Amino acid sequence: MATIKIRAKLQGDVTTVKALIQHPMDTGQVKNKKTGKLIPAHFIQEVNCEHNGTNVMNALWGPAVSKNPYLSFKFKGAKAGDTLKLSWVDNKGESDSIETQVS
Amino acid sequence: MINMKRRTFLKGSVAAGAMGAAMGAGLLTPRMVLAAWPSAAFEAKTVDSALDALMGSHALESSDKISIRAPDIAENGAVVPVSVTSSIPGTEAINIIAEKNAAPLTAAFKLGKGAEGFVSTRIKMGKTSSVIAVVKAGGKLYSTGKEVKVTIGGCGG
Repeated sequence: MATIKIRAKLQGDVTTVKALIQHPMDTGQVKNKKTGKLIPAHFIQEVNCEHNGTNVMNALWGPAVSKNPYLSFKFKGAKAGDTLKLSWVDNKGESDSIETQVS
Repeated sequence: MINMKRRTFLKGSVAAGAMGAAMGAGLLTPRMVLAAWPSAAFEAKTVDSALDALMGSHALESSDKISIRAPDIAENGAVVPVSVTSSIPGTEAINIIAEKNAAPLTAAFKLGKGAEGFVSTRIKMGKTSSVIAVVKAGGKLYSTGKEVKVTIGGCGG
């Protein structure tokens, strides 16, 4: 199942991108209440967004970004129908990506 | 003479022992090293050292062209919405820092060509502290801060 929900909306000449990613974002400091053992750190380290192949936003995250992260940013220069690709990589090397069209 | 040497030797080994213990304490935290991700910056315990590791400097100039939108009181520290808008021309990067978190650096956004000086996300905060936005523009660092009261911390268990 896709882990990313994304929307890119063009208003005037500015495109607003909003994305929601499903991810536990475990900090490595929280104990499992049943076993008393630490839940190992598991968090997204890098999020990348490309518009027609050029990078418009690159985010480096620490474990202090909330669970199921939300992300929004704006950029200029896109037209309706352009392709936007968002991808993430976490500290265990897992990753996912999604493509969407600017509307 | 022999006795003197023995003294020096003992002193030396005590000093070396103390240093070894200090180094051991520093290395106790397990770390995962990935090529691109600046682990030193994200594991830094103070705002200054995190900025040094990430941006190479912690010389900040406070600016009123940066605005932070975050709640005055966050009931749940696990989810604190933070938006940063920078109207400084040539904004290249926006970093979000929660000053009193165990590791203050939370997120570092690099903005590509055409990107507006705006990012929004949700962060975890361990306790009441100042949220600092550090903006890089034209090779300089600008910052502004906003106090967020946290009722229930969102970093521990």
